[in-house]
Amino acid sequence: MKLNKILKNAFLVTVACLMMSACATSKKSTGQMQGDVYTGKDTVEYLASGVPDRVFFATNESVLTTASRETLRKQAAWLRKNSKITVVLEGHADERGTREYNLALGERRANSAKDYLMTYGISSDRISVLSYGKERPVDSGSNPLAWSKNRRSVTVKAN
Amino acid sequence: MLRILFIIILIILPSKAIALIEVDITRGNLNPLPIAVSPLSIDENSRKGFETILNKKNIGSEIALVVEKNLKASGLFNPLNKDSFLQDPDIANLKPRFEDWNLIKAQALITGKVKIVDDKLRVEFRLWDVLAGKEMMALAFTTVPNNWRRVGHIITDKVYERLTGEKGYFDTRIIYVSEAGPKTRRIKKLAIMDQDGANNKFLTLGNELVLTPRFNPTSQMVTYLSYFKNLPRVYLLDIETGMQEVVGDFPGMTFAPRFSPDGKKIIMSFAKDGNSDIYTMDLENRIVEKITNHPSIDTSPSFSPDGKYIAFNSDRSGYQQIYIMKNDGKNVKRISFGKGLYGTPVWSPRGDLIAFTKLHKGKFYIGVMRTDGSGERLLTENFYQEAPSWSPNGRVLIFYRETKTDSKGEGFSAKLWSIDLTGYNERLVNTPTDASDPSWSSLLSN
Repeated sequence: MKLNKILKNAFLVTVACLMMSACATSKKSTGQMQGDVYTGKDTVEYLASGVPDRVFFATNESVLTTASRETLRKQAAWLRKNSKITVVLEGHADERGTREYNLALGERRANSAKDYLMTYGISSDRISVLSYGKERPVDSGSNPLAWSKNRRSVTVKAN
Repeated sequence: MLRILFIIILIILPSKAIALIEVDITRGNLNPLPIAVSPLSIDENSRKGFETILNKKNIGSEIALVVEKNLKASGLFNPLNKDSFLQDPDIANLKPRFEDWNLIKAQALITGKVKIVDDKLRVEFRLWDVLAGKEMMALAFTTVPNNWRRVGHIITDKVYERLTGEKGYFDTRIIYVSEAGPKTRRIKKLAIMDQDGANNKFLTLGNELVLTPRFNPTSQMVTYLSYFKNLPRVYLLDIETGMQEVVGDFPGMTFAPRFSPDGKKIIMSFAKDGNSDIYTMDLENRIVEKITNHPSIDTSPSFSPDGKYIAFNSDRSGYQQIYIMKNDGKNVKRISFGKGLYGTPVWSPRGDLIAFTKLHKGKFYIGVMRTDGSGERLLTENFYQEAPSWSPNGRVLIFYRETKTDSKGEGFSAKLWSIDLTGYNERLVNTPTDASDPSWSSLLSN
C-alpha cells in the first residue's frame, strides 16, 4: 500500500515535470518558428553583408514565405551588382520523409527560389539547381526546430 | 461448433497421411518446428584436404551452423541444441536411429557428408522425417571449396522448399548503402553481402554520395544514384567487373531507379524545373520514353512482375500517395486511401501485393496492400523506417530504420531490419557498419 502511494506521487511529479519541459521547449520553438517555418538566424550564413544565403520552408511545401521572398530579393540585387557570379541553389528536405520523394522535394524547393530570382532579372544561365533531399541536414536533431532548419534552399557561390 | 471441428479433422487427416511434416508459412508461426541439424560428417580421406585448402578443422560443423542459423532466422524452425544429440554424424547420415532423435523431440533431422573430389567440395545431405521414420529428400552437389557457405544456404533453401512447399530465400545477397560519420556529413558507400551478413564487400570508396542501389533480375547488375562530380545521376554497375556507366543523357537529376522485370529497361524519375516525372530507358537501344506527364512529383516507380503495370508515388492529390498505371502511362489510378502519407511502393514478386512506407501522426510504418488498394495491413511501426524490399519468394521484407537523436543531436544510427509478411519475426540484420536502402537479390542458384 505504502509503495503504491510513493509510486503514485512519483508519477505525479514526473507528469508535472514532463508538462513543464514540454511548455519550455514549445515556447523556445515558437520564438524561432512561424507555423513550422524556421525564422531564426542560427544556421544562416551571408553571401555579402546583409544578404542571407538561405530560405526556409514549411513541411512538405515549396511555397516561398514573405520572409523568403525578401531574402531572395536581396540575393537578386547582389547578383545584379556582381554580374560575373554564378550560383548553385541547393534544395534540402527534413528527415521525416522517404528518401526518393525528398530528393524531388529538394529539387522543387530550389527551383521555387530559382524562379523568384529569375523574376528579379537573374538569368537562368547563372543559376544551377542541386537537390540533396534529406542527405545533408545542418541540424542533426530529431525535433521540430531542427527539422525546420533543414527544410531549406541555400544559395552557394559557384565561382 | 461440432461441425466445424469435424471439418478441420477431415482436412488435417488426409494431408498428414500424404505429406508427412509440413510447415505453414502463411501465418505467424508461434510453434516453430523442432529440427535437428547434425554436423555434416567429414570423409576421413578428405580431412587433411579441408585443412590445407580452407584452413578449417571441421567444415562439416561450419556448414551445419550456416543451415542452423538460417533456419532459426526464418522463424519457422527451432534448431535443437547439438549437445543433446545422441548419434554420431557419420552413422546418422547412413541411417538415423529415429528413437534417439525422437527422444530429444526433433521432428525433422538433417544429416550429411562432405568430401573432396578432384579439388572440389562434394556435399550430400538428407532430410529425415523423425516421426514417420522416413527419408524425405537426398541431394548431392559439387562446387569450389570456397563456396562452402553457399552450400549451407542451398541446403537451407532445399529444406525450406521441401517443408513449406515454397521456394526459399537463403542463397541470396543484399546490396545496400553502408553509412558512417556524423549525421550532417554522412559518408555513404555501396556494399554487398550474403543474406546472413557474411562476405561483406564494399563496391564504392565513399568519395561521392550514393543512394538506392537495386539489383537487376539476374542480380549481376545494380542501378543506383550517385552524386559523382556533384551531378546526381542514375548509374549502372556490373558487380563482377566493377564497370560503371551513367544511364541516359539527361540535363538534370535522375533518381529512384529500378529495373524492369525482364532486366531490359531502367525506370526512374527525372527532375527538371521543379517537376519530377517518370521515364524508362531501354538499355539496348538507349531509347528514352516519358511515362508520366504531370506537374506534380512522380517518383519511386516499381514494375509489376509481369511488366504490364507500374506502381509509383505521386503528390498530385496534394500529398504523397500511391498510384498504379499501365506500363505506357495510361489509366492512372490512385490506390492508397488510408489516413496519412504513402511512399515507396514495391510490387511483390508474386504480383498480388504492394509493400509501402506510410507516415501517419509522426510515426512511420511498413505495410502491404493489395494492388487495388484494399486489404491494407501495417506490419511494423517506428520513429523512422522506409524502403521495403521483398525476398525473392515474397515472404519477407527487408527495410531500414533510423533512430531518433537525443537533445544534443547525438545517438543517430541506421540499421537494416527484416520482417515476415505475417508481421511476425522482426529481426535486426547484421551489418559491419550502419546501413540503409537494402535491396534483396533473386535466388542465386537454380
